Parts: sequence; structure tokens; C-alpha cells
Amino acid sequence: MANLFDWVNERAPNLAPTFRKHMTEYYAPKNFNLWYYFGSLAILVLVNQIVTGIFLTMNYKTSALEAFNSVEYIMRDVEWGWLIRYMHSTGASLFFVVVFLHMFRGIMYGSFKRPRELVWILGMLIFLVLMAEAFMGYVLPWGNMSFWGAKVIISLFGTIPYIGPGLVEWIMGDFLPADATLNRFFALHVIALPLVLLLLVVLHLAALHEVGSNNPDGVDVKHGPKGNRWDASKPIDAIPFHPYYTVKDLVGVGFFLLIAAFIIFFAPTFGGWFLEHDNFTPANNLVTPTHIKPSWYFTPFYAILRMIPSFFGTAIWGVIGMFGSILMLALLPWLDRGEVRSVRFRGMGYRIALAVLVISFLSLGAVGAGVTAELIPEWFPGADATTLENAFGRVMTVAYFGFFIFIWVYTHFGLEKTKPVPERVTTHD
Amino acid sequence: MANEVVDHGRRRFLTVTTAVVGGVGVVAAVVPFIKSWEPSARAKAAGAPVTVDISAIDAGQKVTFAWRSLPVFVVNRTKDQLAQLKGLEPRLLDPQSSNTEQQPKYATNETRSIKPEWLVVIGLCTHLGCVPDFVPDIKPEPFDANWKGGFYCPCHKSRYDLSGRVFSGVPAPKNLPVPPYHFVDDTHIQIGVDPKEAG
Repeated sequence: MANLFDWVNERAPNLAPTFRKHMTEYYAPKNFNLWYYFGSLAILVLVNQIVTGIFLTMNYKTSALEAFNSVEYIMRDVEWGWLIRYMHSTGASLFFVVVFLHMFRGIMYGSFKRPRELVWILGMLIFLVLMAEAFMGYVLPWGNMSFWGAKVIISLFGTIPYIGPGLVEWIMGDFLPADATLNRFFALHVIALPLVLLLLVVLHLAALHEVGSNNPDGVDVKHGPKGNRWDASKPIDAIPFHPYYTVKDLVGVGFFLLIAAFIIFFAPTFGGWFLEHDNFTPANNLVTPTHIKPSWYFTPFYAILRMIPSFFGTAIWGVIGMFGSILMLALLPWLDRGEVRSVRFRGMGYRIALAVLVISFLSLGAVGAGVTAELIPEWFPGADATTLENAFGRVMTVAYFGFFIFIWVYTHFGLEKTKPVPERVTTHD
Repeated sequence: MANEVVDHGRRRFLTVTTAVVGGVGVVAAVVPFIKSWEPSARAKAAGAPVTVDISAIDAGQKVTFAWRSLPVFVVNRTKDQLAQLKGLEPRLLDPQSSNTEQQPKYATNETRSIKPEWLVVIGLCTHLGCVPDFVPDIKPEPFDANWKGGFYCPCHKSRYDLSGRVFSGVPAPKNLPVPPYHFVDDTHIQIGVDPKEAG
């Protein structure tokens, strides 16, 4: 064993140091809290999606005629097929749970700020690819919601002036979502996008390890005092990833798997949230489901699309709003000019704005998922439900975009009153 | 043959021309891959015109036919329903069918049809392509207390009247499109072919 190690080391002398730099001896601030679980959990879910996905392709049939039945075949006849599929479908939803919390952590502690803008941008690209990946994966079972979800999402491109209608046909390869659409989405879902996703994850981590992790105090440990127990040249407030954070993350993994297992075994559809009821009937291009709604993780963005009315004879404004809501997140490092990173030392305005962002995001999710459409007639009988829902949804859309505008005004014009940031992390020694 | 003096101008010219020629090659090589995503010959062939029998559609009924896998609504409108169309105009976005892309010339009229009672429209909401529900009765509905009959999209609550004209203030921006069609005889229409082409 030692001989083999020497043999490799002689031929690739940089391998071991690279491994130590990025894995075992990556020095991270020692004050990571619960919010820092979600990065490693995202990798765990990614591995789960790849492994279960590979096994699903072994029995899935890529054809508009056979896809739906092959998924039922996996569920009923393939040994343990139900488990593999539920691991994949639950994993998809939990991927977004983990990623949303991971992103919120970044906003809350200012992890997107200089010098980590590149880490943030790469993360946003991962988020975009992940959304495309999830959307195409949802089309594959070729249920009725798969079909109509695909139709609505692809139609978004039809709102682009001039090239729109042609573009829609080009994406679908037919006049409606059809066999050609299913096949190309399969190719993208299992080959193209996973490759892009893996590459982006590697770049995301490489970029992170170059600048070092942020922490709940937003203190720059790299620029603080040097010399810890292991290395005199490393920051005093940092600890090696292994064994400290490997062990910590294992606790998170255990807890996460407990929740995941509960969902997989007892509530795989999660009451119609993770797997929608309408998707248990085969695709039918002549019958629209009563309520077309996307998977829950798209609902906030979908609500923005719905709430913006069309004017000047085009529906593109909603589409611009929807993509703009994601673009705003990507632009955060340049919108937020504040010097202080962590919410712990930022002004009251920032804390309130952050709360507004969370409330508007969740509210838009409820609008997009049709929760408000059900509740409003119950709570306000006799009122015009559509008008009330639109009013609520539009206020929340304004609140969502308001966060980004407020942050820019608040920090650009120096209105923020921050607290002094300590020299070292608050929990040292 | 050693070059004593490097001709930088010549070197830059060679670099740029090589890059340009290589770039053109790459672009040309990408074209087949992009074109491969367009509807195939088989998909286009499946989009041929269809002839349908409308004799069994009673007054007030709607039947959906498939043309290019698109749902085409054929509605036999009653006198009552037709009488409501005029009064709806103030509430509509494009009551005169001014948007010429949404219907052929021969359907640019109040009923948006060749024969007043027969409405032929593609049943896909102009917002995001859902199939609107047919709600023909002239009575108050939960989504519109002043409903005069029409189409209601369950996806995003767009409303159309019984000529497929869109209401103002809904997500959909345009009237339902009228496909090319003509009457083969009193009981048959062909969808996909204009009257002129049919001769």
C-alpha cells in the first residue's frame, strides 16, 4: 500500500497536496453553525441523484408511448424500484430545500460579498442549471402535469418578440410537447446538464477554497492573527476540515437522512407537493389539469410570472419579471454596497428587509402553488377572489423586488448604521 | 533559413485569419446540431390538414378536434349567445380583431367566423397555452358575476367571449387564434386549408 502511494506520488507529486488543500487540510473558520450544513448536504443529495438516476435509466423507456408505463413498471414490478424512484423524486425536492437554505445563509451572513463574488456567481449558475435539470426531470414520467408543465414553461419562450413562436417549435421539435421533446429532455437531463452541474460544483468549491469560507460573524479570518494549533501560518480562528467539519457534517448527514427516510417511506408524494396528483394520469394533450402548477420549488418565481399582467399586446413582462427575480439574486454582490457582511452587525433596516424578503418569497410560493386561491374564498366569502389574490400577489412581488432596490439605496447612500465588527470571530477560545 | 527578423504584422495576420477560418468552421459544424432540434419530417407530415364532420354538433355545443395535435374548438353558437357579443365589446381587449395575426381575413368580423354560428378557434390560451374550459351558459360564474358565456382558462384565469375574444385585465394578451379552415359542404369543414386554396 505504501509502495503504491509512493509510486503515484512520484508520478503526480501535486495530487496529495491538492487533496490536502481542498479536503482534509482546508482551513475553515471555527465558528460554523447549523446554517453551514447545507453545502455538504447539497453534495450528498447530488450524489444520491446521480446514483439513483443511473439505476432509474436502466428501466425507464424514453418514448411518449412507453414512458408513463415504464415509470409504473419501476414502481410496481422492479425489485426495490419504488425505493430508487422515491429516493430520486424526494431527493429532487430536498435538493431545493437544501439549496434555498444554503442561499439564504449566503445572503444572511454576506457570503456573496467581496472577495466571494465569483463563488456566488458560480452558485447562481448552479441554481439555474439545477432548475433546468429539475424541470426536465419532471417531464420524463410523461404524466399529465409533466406534459402541461412542459407546455407552459416552453411557451414562456414564445413571448419573445419575433423569434418566439419559432423558438418554441425548435425547443419542442413538434407543434406540441411530443416524443421528440421527451427524448431531447431525457438526453439533457441524464447527460448534458449533470456534466455541466458537476463542472460548476467543482468550480464553485475551487473558487471558495481560493478565498476561504465566510462565517456567521462575517469576520475575515484570513486577514486576522495567524498561528493555530496545527499550522503557524494558518489563521488562528480556523480549523482543518478533517476531522472537525467532516465529523460535524456527519451529524448533519445523519439528521438529514432521518428526515429524508421518513418522507421516502411514509409521505413520498408529500401531500401532492413533491409528486403532484395530476401526474399520476398519463399525458393528454386535449385535457388540461384543473390547476396547472409547477413543482413547489418553482412556485415563487411562477407567481411573479402570473402576477404581472400583459400589456402592449405581449405577455413578455411576466417572463422578464420571473427571470429578473433570479437575476436580482445574482446581482446581489453589486447591489449591496455595505462593508459589513454578517446580519449580526448590520443595521436594523437590513434585518427588516431580510425578513420582508423571506415573507415575500414564501407568500409568492403560496400564490404560485394555489394555496391562496383555495384560502381566499374561505376567509373572505363573497369577495372577488381573483382581485384579492392579484392584489396580494402583486404586493408580494413588489416586496420581493423592493428588497433589492432597498438594499442598494440603503447601502449606496450610507443610510445603514452598522455595529462594529470584531477583530476575531466572537466564539474564539 | 533562420528568420533573423520576426515579421509581427505577418504573424498577426496569420493568427487572425486562422482564427477566423477556424471560427467559421466551428459555426458551420454547429448548424446541423441546432437544425436537428427542428420538427422532423414525420412531425411536419403529421401536421397535415384534417376534415371533420360537424353535423352532430347541436346548437350551444362545443366539440374539440385535433389538428397538428392542437385542440381545435368547433362551437355551434345559439342566437342568444351571438346576441351577447356586441354588448361585451367595452370589456374586451381587441373587440374588432385588429391583431391580424390572430385570424385569417375571412374571419376578421364580429363573430370571427365564416358562418356566424360556427366558431372555429385553436383552444390554447394565448397566455401560456393551456386549454380553456368551455363555459357557455349566460349566468353569473365565480370568476365573473356578469358572465355572458365564453371560455375560461383554469391555469391563470384568462377569459374569452364566445368569439374567442380576450377580456381586458387578464394575463392573456391576444384573442384565441382562428386556424385556416373552410367549409367543404354544409356539414364538413377542413382545418388547415384556406377557402381560397381549396378553390
